[in-house]
This record gives sequence, C-alpha cells and structure tokens, in this order.
Amino acid sequence: MLQLLWTVPALPLLGFALLALFGRRLPRAGVSVIGAGSVGLSAVASGLVAWGYITQTVPAAYSQCLWTWMEVGSLKVDMILWLDPISLVMILVATGVGFLIHVYSTEYMRDDADYARFFAYMNLFVGAMVVLVLAGSLPMLYLGWEGVGLCSYLLIGFWYDNADNARAAVKAFLVTRIGDIGMLIGLFVLWFSLGTLDIQPLMERAQLQWTPNSAVAVAATALLLCGALGKSGQLPLQVWLPDAMAGPTPVSALIHAATMVAAGVYLLARTHVLFDLAPAVQCVVAVIGAATLLLAGTSALAQRDIKRALAYSTISQLGYMFLALGVGAWSAALFHFMTHAFFKALLFMAAGAVILAMHHEQDMFNMGGLRRRLPLVFWTFLAGAMSLAALPLVTAGFYSKDMILWSVLSSPKGGFLLWAAGVVGAFLTGLYSFRIVFLVFFGEEKGHASAKPGPAMMIPLVLLAVLALGAGFVEIPETLGRVALFSSFMGVHAAEASAVLGEGTQQVLAALLALGGLAAAVVLYLLRPGIVKAWVATPSGAALQRLCASGWGFDALYGMLIIRPVVALSSLCRDDFMAVVWRAVGICAEGAAAGLGRAQTGRLRFYMAGIALGAVVVLALVVLL
Amino acid sequence: MMATVPTEYGMVLAAVLFCTGLVGLLVRRNVLFMLMSTEIMLNAAGLAFVVAGSRWHEPDGQIMFMIIVTMAGAEVAVGLALIMRFYHLFKTLDTDAADTLKG
Repeated sequence: MLQLLWTVPALPLLGFALLALFGRRLPRAGVSVIGAGSVGLSAVASGLVAWGYITQTVPAAYSQCLWTWMEVGSLKVDMILWLDPISLVMILVATGVGFLIHVYSTEYMRDDADYARFFAYMNLFVGAMVVLVLAGSLPMLYLGWEGVGLCSYLLIGFWYDNADNARAAVKAFLVTRIGDIGMLIGLFVLWFSLGTLDIQPLMERAQLQWTPNSAVAVAATALLLCGALGKSGQLPLQVWLPDAMAGPTPVSALIHAATMVAAGVYLLARTHVLFDLAPAVQCVVAVIGAATLLLAGTSALAQRDIKRALAYSTISQLGYMFLALGVGAWSAALFHFMTHAFFKALLFMAAGAVILAMHHEQDMFNMGGLRRRLPLVFWTFLAGAMSLAALPLVTAGFYSKDMILWSVLSSPKGGFLLWAAGVVGAFLTGLYSFRIVFLVFFGEEKGHASAKPGPAMMIPLVLLAVLALGAGFVEIPETLGRVALFSSFMGVHAAEASAVLGEGTQQVLAALLALGGLAAAVVLYLLRPGIVKAWVATPSGAALQRLCASGWGFDALYGMLIIRPVVALSSLCRDDFMAVVWRAVGICAEGAAAGLGRAQTGRLRFYMAGIALGAVVVLALVVLL
Repeated sequence: MMATVPTEYGMVLAAVLFCTGLVGLLVRRNVLFMLMSTEIMLNAAGLAFVVAGSRWHEPDGQIMFMIIVTMAGAEVAVGLALIMRFYHLFKTLDTDAADTLKG
C-alpha cells in the first residue's frame, strides 16, 4: 500500500495537465469528472497509504525517492517523499476535504464560462499542496510552497475582469512574497550552518551542532518564521487574507481556510526540533499568535461581508495554532488544524450556498431569516459555527481548542497571560460566530432567496458537518475520560504538567467564556439589536467600529509607512542622472529609426535600384581593391 | 573541329542581356514587364554559365543552366499567381501603386 504514495501528488497533477491541455475542448461533464475524479482518486490513494502506514508491523516513517532533482557540488536535492504521522494527517485533510470542495464546485461554478480553467487551477493546487507536505527536503517543500502561492494568486484573481480582484491577487502575492524571501534566506542559513537540506538529517545535525539560543539557531528559525507568518496570515503580514476573499467561494474554503494558510503551521510543526533549540523565537511565535487571534477576533466582529468575517475568523484560529506552536505543543496545533479544516471549509461552503441563493449578495445586513428558506444550509452552518465557537463536549473545535489552551497554561514556555489571551479569544469567537448565524439565518427576511442548492453542494456540507462535530472524539482530555488517539499517533506523550489552575478548572472557565460569547450574541444580535445600534451611533462607538472594520487600520498604516514613501522615492528617482543616460539610448534609436524609415518608400523599383547599386559597389570594391 | 565562338563575344552578349533586363526592371512600372525583365536577366546568367563551361570544356555550365531554367519556371508560376492577386487587390498592374509598406 505504501508504494502508492507517489500517486497522491501525481493524480491531481495529471488532472491539471489534462484540463490545461484539453479543457477547452472537453464537455462540462468531462471536466467535472477529471477535475473532481483526480482529487477523489488521490484521496482514495491517501486512504490506502494511511491504511498501509497504520498496519505496519513496526511503525516507522516511510520514504520514497523518486528521482534526483539537482546535484551541484556537495548539494544534492532528491525528489523524495517522506511519510510520517504529520504528513499523513496533512495529505488526508488536503485530499479528503479537497475532494469534497471539488464536488461542491461542480455545482457552484456550474454557470461559469471558465469552468475548465477553474478546475485546472484547483487540481494544480491540490498537487502542489501534497508536494509541500510530503516533501522530504526543504527545496522540494519550497517548490510546493511557491506552487500553492501561485495557485492562490491565480484563483484570487480568477475573475480578473474586475480590477479589484486582480489587485487583491497581486496584494496576496506580494505580501506572502515578503515572507517567502525570509524563508529562502533561512534555507541558505541552514545550508551554510548544517550542510544539508534534507529534513530528517537536518534535524539530527541541528540537535548535535547547535546550542540552544545560539545566534545561528535564532537567525535560521526567525527567517523560517517569516515565511510561515506570510503564508498563514499572522501579524504583521495578515493584511492579504481578508482581500483574498475576492476569489470564488470554493477557493476561499479550500485554499484560504482549510489547507494553504495552514502551510505555515505545518512548516513550524515539521521543523519543531529547530524551534525547540531557539526558545526566544518560540516566545515570539506565541506572542504573535496571541496578538493575532485577539486582533482578528475583534475585527471579525465589525465586518458586514460574510466572507470577510469568516476570513478574519480564519486568521484568528491560525493565531491559536501559532500560540500552540509557540509553547511547543505542535501536535495540538496540528489537531486544531485538522478540526479547523473541517469546520471552516464547512462554514465557507455553507456561506457560498447562501451567497448563491441570495444572487451574489455578501452583505450580512441584507440577509436574514434564511433559516426557513434554506433549512439544511442553516443546520450545517450552525454545526460549523458551534464547532468554531468551541461549544463544550459536542463539537470538535472544543477538544482541539481545549488541548491548545491547556498546553499553553501548563507548558513552561506558556503562561497565564498567553492563556488569558486565548480564553478572551474564545469569548470573541463565540460572539462573532453566532453574530453571523443570527444576522444571516434569524430575524426578518430581507431580499429574496432563490432555489435551494442541489445534492452536489449539500452532500459535502452534511459530511463536513458530521466531521466538524465528531472529529474531536479522537482526542479527549484526561478530565473527561482520556482518549489520546491523535497525540499517541503523533508520538507525543503528555508531560507532567503544573499550572496555576487545574485542567478541569481551566476547561470549565474556557467553556463558560465560549458559552458567554454565545449568550452575548443572543442578547446583542437576537433579542436586543438596539443596544449595538445605539452604541455605534455614539462617536466613540463609531470610531471603534471603523477601526475594527478596517482590521485595526493595518492597510492604512502600511500605505503610509511603505507604499507612499516607495512611490515618492521612485517618482523622485525618475529624472536622476542614470535615467538621462538610458533615455539617450532611446532617443538615438528613435532618430536612427526615423532616418532609416525614409528609405522604406514601399516602391518596388526603388528597392531594385538599391540592390543593383549595392551589387555594383561590391563588384567595384572586389575588382579595384 | 567546329569553329567556336570566342568566349569574349558570349560574355559581352550575356552582359548586354543582363543590363537590358536590369534597365527594364528599373524603368518599367508594369509588373508583367518587370517579371519578363527578370527572365531576361536569368537567361543572361545562364548564357554566361554556358559560355564559361565551353571555355573550360566542363559540363558544369550546362548543368547550372538546367537548374536556372527549372528555377525560372517555378519562379514564373509563383510570380504569375502573385500578379493575379496583385491585380485583384489594386485593379492595376502599376507597382508604384503598391506602396502601402511605406516607412
């Protein structure tokens, strides 16, 4: 079974090749079969690989060397696939959730003129994502990393007729590129320091050669962190993700919620050995995660656009994952990645169903009362929102978030303040997720909802709703009966923990705050909507609302600090000395072209005379000289 | 031994033919006559080959002449087709009318 590993990335890439070459000539049904089928087969292949991995007599990581990519001097980069529990979970989520989203897209994108192009990009994305997570060496990981970035750019700007969409795509590309340059320099540092880029030897050599908190360890991990911050939309590079919602909704579900934005989390989990050697950087990771989750949580409260609200919620949940990574609890981060992929993909897809039913209306204040119109969408969205808000006991989000909060509180690298940020974030999460539910599905009906979505959209929603509620039961904390399938699969064993609060106490507190968020949402958005309206009408309320709605003004800040100085500097440099030199080249070329253009009379006999004269001159030269 | 024409005579004739063709090409505006002028020039070149071949007692000059005749036949086929198109397009055979590629 394990030998099938290479088919997991190969199938979606084959689907991409077929659709890119023949997509225009295929009928829509053919495009759907190739587009969704290749990812479906890839998901089956990952299932078989997972079965093969679990039933090994001696559990061990499996590697498959495909070919040598390049060999320069002592640098040898192999195309090597590396399967261990971390990458296994990632490929299962990427292909499984990816398949459901592809099936959903066959209906969502049904009327789009560029149907084949959409599925070609989506297949390329799944292939690149699988290459990223299965990579056995950092250059190969970087290949997948840039591949998913490219697909993200292409799909955000999928409807490129609209200049705003193209601008959002360029913004996403440039902002993540800032992080990627840091990551690339990080790879150089690792190569110079340790002499290899294959991940497993790298980890072993780092443990032998680096002393904790040495300069090279801090530099290398900080540079890797840059890449992760850009990709996962964390402070200070989070500005691209809300704008990325310009793409079609299945893209938001697959790339900007479930898989690609978690690539940063994956990178940090994959290289957690390096980060353990740089506690200073880990502390930065935790603080960035805590700050991001609070900032994005408050921003989500003030959004009118349903997709932007969910985008800020994604940033906030990724903040939780970074918080967990910062305290060394990488398995908790991966667990939250898995449950988040389920419920956030579900929320985006349900939101897509709502948007489609409302004729591409995305403003939540123009929706309402859709509970009766779209009952099944309502129930699945509710399941996702409950899981996002981490309502205790019955949702997957509760178990993963609880694992993060308890690790933060009990780890020596965490602490009370980081934990407090996490539980305040839990309150905000409850508030903003049920704000969306109440604004969209409750209250009086506004606008006119059209026909209900068909089975290709509803079946993935129902399956994901089951996962969003049930996937958490693979990891139940000690106070509730202790199931540790996930963390024992990851090879992590619970350490002796000591904290200011007991595990049970912190669970009750976190659960109460999540429920408090729900209660606050019930009061503010269902029973007494007047309170919020009156408060927003006051000057201070209006200012705060504007601040939150703009995502704490980071776009304006960067516009002032970076974009305007760069534009000013470049317009200043327009007429400098070198510009004159280069312009002289242009002027000479233009003058010469104008002179020689005179000779082009267009008259045949003139050209003939030229030829004859030239021949005479050449002959004269030959004869006379 | 047959009396032979001196080489110089043949070469002068070829040069005169070539110049006639070239002048025709330069002064005539009718594209049909221009095509005929190029034929004269080709034949002048062919004559020069034959004369030179007979001077050195080599068959190469006559072989080159066969090649030139073949090439001229092909050229006339293409040239006449182009003239047909030219006439359809401009309703005249005057080449000076076709100066749309003026720089």
